Amino acid sequence: MKNTKKAVKKTGKISAGHSKDTAFESGLAFARPESLREAENHYCAGCGHGIIHRLICEVIDEFKIREKVIAVAPVGCAVIAYDYWDFDVAEAAHGRTPAVATGIKRVRPGSIVFTYQGDGDLAAIGTAEIIHTANRGENITVIFVNNGVYGMTGGQMAPTTLAGQKTSTTIHGRSLRREGYPLKVLEMLAVLPGTKYLERVSVHSSHEVLRAKRAIKKAFQMQIENKGFSMVEVLSMCPTYWGMPPIQAADRIKNEVSTFYPLGVIKSC
Amino acid sequence: MKNKILMCGNEACGEGAMLAGCTFYAGYPITPQNELTAYMAKRMYETSGVFIQAESELAAINMVFGAACAGARAMTSSSSPGISLKQEGISYMAGCELPCVIVNMQRGGPGLGNIAPSQGDYFQAVKGGGHGDYKLIVLAPASAQELMDYTQFAFELADKYRNPVMILGDGLLGQMMEPVSIPAAKDEPRIFEKPWALTGCRGRKPNIIRSLILAEGALEEHNKRLQEKFKLITQSEVKSEALNIKDSDIVLVAYGSVARIARASMEMARAKGLKVGLIRPVTVWPFPDKTIEDACVSAKKFLVVEMSAGQMVEDVRLAVNGRVPVEFYGRMGGGIPSEEEILSRIEATSRL
Repeated sequence: MKNTKKAVKKTGKISAGHSKDTAFESGLAFARPESLREAENHYCAGCGHGIIHRLICEVIDEFKIREKVIAVAPVGCAVIAYDYWDFDVAEAAHGRTPAVATGIKRVRPGSIVFTYQGDGDLAAIGTAEIIHTANRGENITVIFVNNGVYGMTGGQMAPTTLAGQKTSTTIHGRSLRREGYPLKVLEMLAVLPGTKYLERVSVHSSHEVLRAKRAIKKAFQMQIENKGFSMVEVLSMCPTYWGMPPIQAADRIKNEVSTFYPLGVIKSC
Repeated sequence: MKNKILMCGNEACGEGAMLAGCTFYAGYPITPQNELTAYMAKRMYETSGVFIQAESELAAINMVFGAACAGARAMTSSSSPGISLKQEGISYMAGCELPCVIVNMQRGGPGLGNIAPSQGDYFQAVKGGGHGDYKLIVLAPASAQELMDYTQFAFELADKYRNPVMILGDGLLGQMMEPVSIPAAKDEPRIFEKPWALTGCRGRKPNIIRSLILAEGALEEHNKRLQEKFKLITQSEVKSEALNIKDSDIVLVAYGSVARIARASMEMARAKGLKVGLIRPVTVWPFPDKTIEDACVSAKKFLVVEMSAGQMVEDVRLAVNGRVPVEFYGRMGGGIPSEEEILSRIEATSRL
C-alpha cells in the first residue's frame, strides 16, 4: 500500500514537470526515464521514434551512464532528438554521423558514444561513413531506424524502401529495374570483422518493443565492455508517409517489412 | 635555445600543430600535402595522440568536427580538390562555432588540375567556400618556418574565437625544404576553457552542439552574433608586412610563396633605381585594408601578383577604392612567376 501511495504521488509530480524519479527506480512502467526530457512531442501519430527514444533512455538509466553518454543526432525526423534527451548531444551533417562519433569516441574513450540514424542518413548519403566506421571496429553503438522513407522531406524513396512501395518519388511503386534493390545494411556489415554485435528488431508490437529494448541494452553493454562496434536496426512505422492508420502501419511491419528484413540477431561475437 | 633542422614545409606545419598541443589529426591522401599526413601519423603515434586515415575528406573533416566537439585541438589537411570536399564540414563547424585548423596546400585547378603550386583557392578560402554567412580566419605563411609558427598560432586563434582557421599554403611551400628553428624547450600551449564541449554531463546541464536553429528569428540572432565575432576578428587580428612603402611609386601586393618572389623582384627594381615597395598580407582574412589604404598616400600604382587568374586583386581594389590604378600579373595552372617576369612587369608598369 505504501509503495502504491508513493507511486501515485510520483505520477503527480511527473505531470507537474521536474521529477527526477526514473522508471527504473520507481518501478512504475510508465514513469518517464531520467534521461528523457519532458517535451512536447513533434513526431506524427503512430511514429516509432518516440518509442525508440524512450527505449534508449531506459537503457541509459538502467546502466546509470547518463552523465557519460555523448549522442550524435542525424539529419532527418530525429534531427532534434536533443530536445528529448537529457544528456550531451552533437548534431552531425547528413550521413556523417558515424565520422563525428568516431572523433568524439577517440578523444573520449571513457564516454559512451552512440549515433541515432535514419535510413536516408545511414544507408544512402552516409554509406561510406557507416561501412568504414564499422570496419575500423570503432567502439560505438549505432541505433539505425529503418522506416523505409524520408520522413522529414516529405516521404521520398529511401534505400530501404520495399519493392512496389509507393513514395513521393516512386509514385507507381519502387521498381527494382529502375530504382534497384532495397538495401540490407546489417547483412552487408555482418561480413566485416570489425562488427561485433548486429541485431534487427521492430517496435510494431509490445512484444517486439521489449525485444528491441533487450537488443539496445545488449548493444550498449558491448560498448561498455569495450567489445567493439555494435548496431541495432529498428524497423519503425511511418503511418504518415506510408499513407495508412497507425495500426495498419504496425501490421505492415509484421506482415510485409519484417519478411524482407528478418528480425533477430544477425551477428554476435 | 633552439634546434635548427632541415624540414619540408609540410613537416614544419605538422610540427607547429604539435607545439600547439594538437592531439587529433584526421586526413586523406592527396598530393602535394602527403608529407604532412605522414608526419602527423608518426608524431601522433609518438605522443599517444589520435591519427586517423579517413575514408574520405568528408569523413576526415567530420571526425575533426567530433574531436572538436569533445574539446580536443584537432586538425585536418588537404589540397584543393580535397578542400572542396571538406566545405560542408567547414560550414557546419563555423555554424556550430567549433575550433579547428584546416591546412590547404593549394594545387592547380579547376577540377583535378595538377599537383603544381597554385593560389587558385583564395576566393574559396576567404569568401566562404561552404554555404551560409561565415568567415574563416585565413593565414598565409611564406616559408617553412612560418608554416610552423603560424600553424601553432592558428590553434590559439581557433580556440580564442571558437572558429575554424585555415592555413593557406601551396605545393611550393609544402614541398620546399628549409632550415626551421624548433624551440628546444616546448612552451606549454595556452589552454582555453571549453565549458561548451561534450564531455558527458556530470555535474552540469547537458551540452548540445548544433547548427540547426529553427525558432522564429533565432537563426538571424545567431548570425548577428557570428557577424559581431567576425567584426571583432577584423579589428584585432589583421597581420601584414609592408616594405619600402613610404617612398614607393609602385606597390607590389602578393601573399605566400609569391610574396617571396615579389620581394626579390622589388630589390632588383630598387637596384635599378625604381621606387618599388611590397605589401604582403599574412592574414588574407581578415584582409589588411588599412595597410593598403595607407600605401595609397605615396603609391602611384599597385601591382598585384598571384598564382591565379586574379582573386586577391579584387580585395586590393576594394581597399584602394579607385584612388590609384591597380594592375595585375598572374600565372595559373601550376605556373610560378619568376623574379625576372615580375621585374619586367614592374618596369612596364613604371613606363605607363
